[in-house]
Amino acid sequence: MQVTRRQFFKVSAAGLSASSLVALGFSPATALAEVRQYKLARAKEIRNTCPYCSVGCGLLMYSLGDGAKNAKQEIIHIEGDPDHPVSRGSLCPKGAGLLDFIHSPNRLKHPEVREPGSKEWKRISWHEAIERIAKHMKADRDANFIAKNADGVTVNRWLSTAMLTASASSNETGILTQKFMRSLGIVGTDAQARVCHGPTVAALAATFGRGAMTNTWVDIKNADFILIMGGNPAEAHPVGFKWAIEAKKKGAKIIVVDPRFNRSAAVADEYVPIRAGSDIVFLGGLINWLIANDKIQWDYVKAFTNASFIVNEGFQFEEGLFSGYDEAKGKYDRGSWSYELDAKGQAKTDPTLQHPRCVWNLMKAHYARYTPEVVTDLTGSPKEGFLSVCKHLGECSTPTKVSTILYALGWTQHTVGAQNIRTMAMVQLLLGNIGMPGGGVNALRGHSNIQGLSDLGLLSTNLPGYLTLPNDKAHPTFADYIEKTAPKALQPGQLNYWGNTPKFFVSLLKWFWGDKATKENNWGYDWLPKWDKMYDVLQVMDLMHQGKVNGFIVQGFNPLTSFPDSRKTAEDFAKLKYMVVIDPITTETSSFWQNHGEINNVDTASIQTEVFRLPSTCFAEEDGAIVNSSRWLQWHWKGADAPGEAKTDQEILAELFMALKKLYQAEGGTVPEPILNLSWPYKNPYDPTPEELAKEMNGRALADVPDPKNPGQFLVKKGEQIPGFAVLQDDGSTMSACWIFAGSWTQAGNQMARRDNTDTGLGNTPGWAWAWPANRRIIYNRASCDPSGKPWDPKRKLIAWNGEKWAGADVPDFKVDSNPADGMNPFIMNPEGVGRFFCTDKLADGPFPEHYEPMESPLGTNPLHPKVVNSPAVRIFKADKERLGQHTEFPYVGTTYRLTEHFQFWTKGVRLSAIAQPEQFVEVGEALAAEKGIKAGDWVKVSSKRGYIKAKAVVTKRIKALTVNKQTVHQIGIPLHWGWETVAKKGFLSNTLPPAVGDCNTQTPEYKAFLVNIEKA
Amino acid sequence: MALQSLDILRRSASPTAAPQARNPLEVAKLIDVSVCIGCKACQVACSEWNELRDEVGSCVGVYDNPTDLSAQAWTVMRFNEVEQPDVSGGKLEWLIRKDGCMHCADPGCLKACPSPGAIIQYKNGIVDFHQENCIGCGYCVSGCPFNVPRISKDDNKAYKCNLCSDRVAVGQEPACVKTCPTGAIQFGSKEDMKEVAEKRITDLKSRGYDQAGLYDPEGVGGTHVMYVLHHADKPELYSNLPKDPAISTTVSLWKGLLKPVATLGIAAAGLFGFFHYITVGPNRAEDEHEAEEEVTK
Repeated sequence: MQVTRRQFFKVSAAGLSASSLVALGFSPATALAEVRQYKLARAKEIRNTCPYCSVGCGLLMYSLGDGAKNAKQEIIHIEGDPDHPVSRGSLCPKGAGLLDFIHSPNRLKHPEVREPGSKEWKRISWHEAIERIAKHMKADRDANFIAKNADGVTVNRWLSTAMLTASASSNETGILTQKFMRSLGIVGTDAQARVCHGPTVAALAATFGRGAMTNTWVDIKNADFILIMGGNPAEAHPVGFKWAIEAKKKGAKIIVVDPRFNRSAAVADEYVPIRAGSDIVFLGGLINWLIANDKIQWDYVKAFTNASFIVNEGFQFEEGLFSGYDEAKGKYDRGSWSYELDAKGQAKTDPTLQHPRCVWNLMKAHYARYTPEVVTDLTGSPKEGFLSVCKHLGECSTPTKVSTILYALGWTQHTVGAQNIRTMAMVQLLLGNIGMPGGGVNALRGHSNIQGLSDLGLLSTNLPGYLTLPNDKAHPTFADYIEKTAPKALQPGQLNYWGNTPKFFVSLLKWFWGDKATKENNWGYDWLPKWDKMYDVLQVMDLMHQGKVNGFIVQGFNPLTSFPDSRKTAEDFAKLKYMVVIDPITTETSSFWQNHGEINNVDTASIQTEVFRLPSTCFAEEDGAIVNSSRWLQWHWKGADAPGEAKTDQEILAELFMALKKLYQAEGGTVPEPILNLSWPYKNPYDPTPEELAKEMNGRALADVPDPKNPGQFLVKKGEQIPGFAVLQDDGSTMSACWIFAGSWTQAGNQMARRDNTDTGLGNTPGWAWAWPANRRIIYNRASCDPSGKPWDPKRKLIAWNGEKWAGADVPDFKVDSNPADGMNPFIMNPEGVGRFFCTDKLADGPFPEHYEPMESPLGTNPLHPKVVNSPAVRIFKADKERLGQHTEFPYVGTTYRLTEHFQFWTKGVRLSAIAQPEQFVEVGEALAAEKGIKAGDWVKVSSKRGYIKAKAVVTKRIKALTVNKQTVHQIGIPLHWGWETVAKKGFLSNTLPPAVGDCNTQTPEYKAFLVNIEKA
Repeated sequence: MALQSLDILRRSASPTAAPQARNPLEVAKLIDVSVCIGCKACQVACSEWNELRDEVGSCVGVYDNPTDLSAQAWTVMRFNEVEQPDVSGGKLEWLIRKDGCMHCADPGCLKACPSPGAIIQYKNGIVDFHQENCIGCGYCVSGCPFNVPRISKDDNKAYKCNLCSDRVAVGQEPACVKTCPTGAIQFGSKEDMKEVAEKRITDLKSRGYDQAGLYDPEGVGGTHVMYVLHHADKPELYSNLPKDPAISTTVSLWKGLLKPVATLGIAAAGLFGFFHYITVGPNRAEDEHEAEEEVTK
């Protein structure tokens, strides 16, 4: 307060006299009072979904005016939608500040170009932008397109231009992007899932058959015990975490295992510290403890898992290596990781579990090494903490007690990412918790539509609906593809749903090529690109490093900030000929050529990359659906126009596609067929609508589809939207762009827009939006009943066999009329029908998870097998290997993470978020800080082999020094949100620090455990 | 001005009684510190609803941002790491408290306020500041036992949380309450909130927090923002929540017992001034002196 002495006397005297005059009876009229008028009384209310994380909270957006044509709509306020079954009106700090995202000063308003060598942006017209980009693309495609490989197989791939896609964009944008990209032959592509939850999909699909969160956000309330490990939901998914708190209020216990005492730990019953990168030791120790203490739900394990399956004789594990390792290639031949088959091709089993090579006995032997002592020694976790987790989980081995696990990137972002998750999936099978309300393996996904973009196959080797993009070795022809992608059942009477792959695939090809896809040309099979190796982001960056990539289309992604080893990323971008950035906001990627001193010290003039920046709409300015972590497709509605000349992604892609098509029509070029034959049936070919695209994802009949059970009747008539994937055909009579979304927009209309939040039991709300597959909310829910069809726990009755069919609060994830007596098992996507402890040949790095040290290990050894320190299946490029550090030089473990106030790299441009967390910091334990003379608020420099960042120090009791393998290990926490395109304080790119090496299966980078040093700056 | 949309209980410096015939429900906000994750959604929702934007600050070595309440930040989270033998047996705890106006039943700010109608207490318990009547004297700041009100640099008027009186007036909950992801902030009748608190306290006791309890301090007549604390015996652990808050004796004395005396004095001074003015003439302020003071600040 700035009051001079004189003013003070004045106001005091005035105040006293005023109040005293009142006392004398001179009461002023102004003493009457009214509250501020309610500002929304007649504002227009629009429903939307939060664009940040995968909880998918419901929004109410209020716009200026009451909807009258003459009033220009403008969002003036956003708050939570109280009807939404998950969020119930809540929003986290990011969601609560969305208004400032929509109105961020960082929003792009006009197309711009940065000419080669220039140091500034230049405004251009949309027409110029599209024409110039199309010319670049065509020139590069025509020059570098690979039509056939060395073996003469048609591969039709274009590697010299890569594309990143946006996990915060709608499904409708995603599917159009898929069509656009594959028609051009692009295989170097990924959405954020690659740097996020890639390992989740690999691990869960390898275990249960589908790579998705098993249960729902609300269902977490049904748990008796919640383990939070490899994630920090209070920080990253606060509104979803509501349901963990709800469980706790009903008596559940929560334990957090994490390198840091974090926001989740603040409200947990117990906290157990752990060394980052040692999770498999902890979880393998759990398996060992449960087996040793007989805390197993035996009936479940015997009936619903592959415990009894007999493994091939050739399988071995010795000295840290599984059988089949080829040292020269750095890869496994997975042939021996398989079941012993009988003459009919069925897997052999021993229901008594006596056979020495049955999965149960192999597993027991494998984890016998993981004793509590070994766990304590390698993780640094205190023994009593570890045993407390064992005890709580062990209590849930009875059918009437259920535990769940909440995890996220703390498990995925490791070289052993998929195996971290696999280990926990195995624990949950041992306890009989999969398919159970309150159970499951709950992968808390990242971006608001990262699930959707994964579903739509926006990953280098995928197609929509988890179909694989053809591989030139495995699937040179259509017949090879069909044979190899449709598995045969490994046990009698199993549903083996992937056996239907040909129906899904042909329906997809009919979407791609329409009438041009015929039986004669194998439905246009050869027009799809084929991959020879996975062109994930690390691979693409390595090619860029080698100068083999000319063009980079970046849609709603900020790779400079989010890829590992930022300095190398920036150098590699400078080798591009052209870059196209489509985004609602300014990104560091688009301005990688700008010099920002120490933060981005580049030589602008020497960078010859031509950069286009195209403004796109954000969530509030478009219709469409996004898929939350629980697989719910939720439709949202536009509330206002985008600023300036910004366009929807669909419009931008369509204009670009039409420009390319015209060029190919006019000039010809290399292999134009996939482009010219692409089905583009949109009413306005320059602007396909979300409705048109959503309907295509569901699929429709192209001819009458006869009902085989009722001659003369039809399952669906020509032109009708299909009711579900069961009617899809492999004869070209149906079309569906994403078979798992079939049912989302039927003849009855848009199912994703449904808003009935009636609870049908245990928090299930099947009338709210629509969930894939087939509106099932808890997947594998057949396993919530015993083999005879009765719920394991009468209090958790979700579905049951009623004598005629399966029915209940949820849609059965099963053949509804399959009598339990017929022995069909619950994991219908797996050819063996059961959950897998031993995951055969599904993963690259082993059928059982094994502990390997992070690529940069603070120990420099692996006490379990010193000859095999890191995972032998790690793929690392030469240039990246040279940039690995040693613990002698960089003695501390660095681990990166999000803060709840921010979302990735967008919200630093959001004023409300910037106010809540304004400046870059790192977290340092008190012991290390004391050793280094660092005090809270000091500037520190954190460096790795790859560069350094400078940040403020948060000195905390919440990170403790651990004793691991008889040495002291300090860990340093590195929040990641900073950069130079910011309303918050400018900061360094945190991903300067981690190495460019990824999970053995999915190449998701190891952001969570690497080596750093720290000093006072 | 129209008749108020919430019934008034008391107005600062206004002895005339407001209409008292109606009996609206007494409301309260309950902050359950034991399930608060410190996400700051309440802070942001508060600023968004009330159209406030504080400065983008700096990291000062802790999670607290903004670092203090201000005219542009009506609620802030305060974080405290506690690891001491007499609290939960030395177990590390991260105690996070949402700080802001407590909406006291006996509000020190209102008592201290000399400006008629600048501070209003509604019958439902909300204590609201009416900036149009505020003279910026800062008495409310010194009168508040919780150090909550702040004087704006822009308009020299006092600001603080008004429990979203505009929302409550139309039947909605305050913005912070609605947004809270974990349900750590709840809103309802004061009676209901006490019942909710009782259940939470029972749960906390069952989890070993023997001293769990409700913070609804009597020294200010109880509050309409209450806390569930795991360590109700040591509120000061929660970033110095006062153990026994009370209106300072100066304010009580000045505005209580001594006020009639002061009023007589003022009246006498006023009369003296009046006669002085008509007999001697007006006093001129020494402008140079004031200007000098401005410069040396």
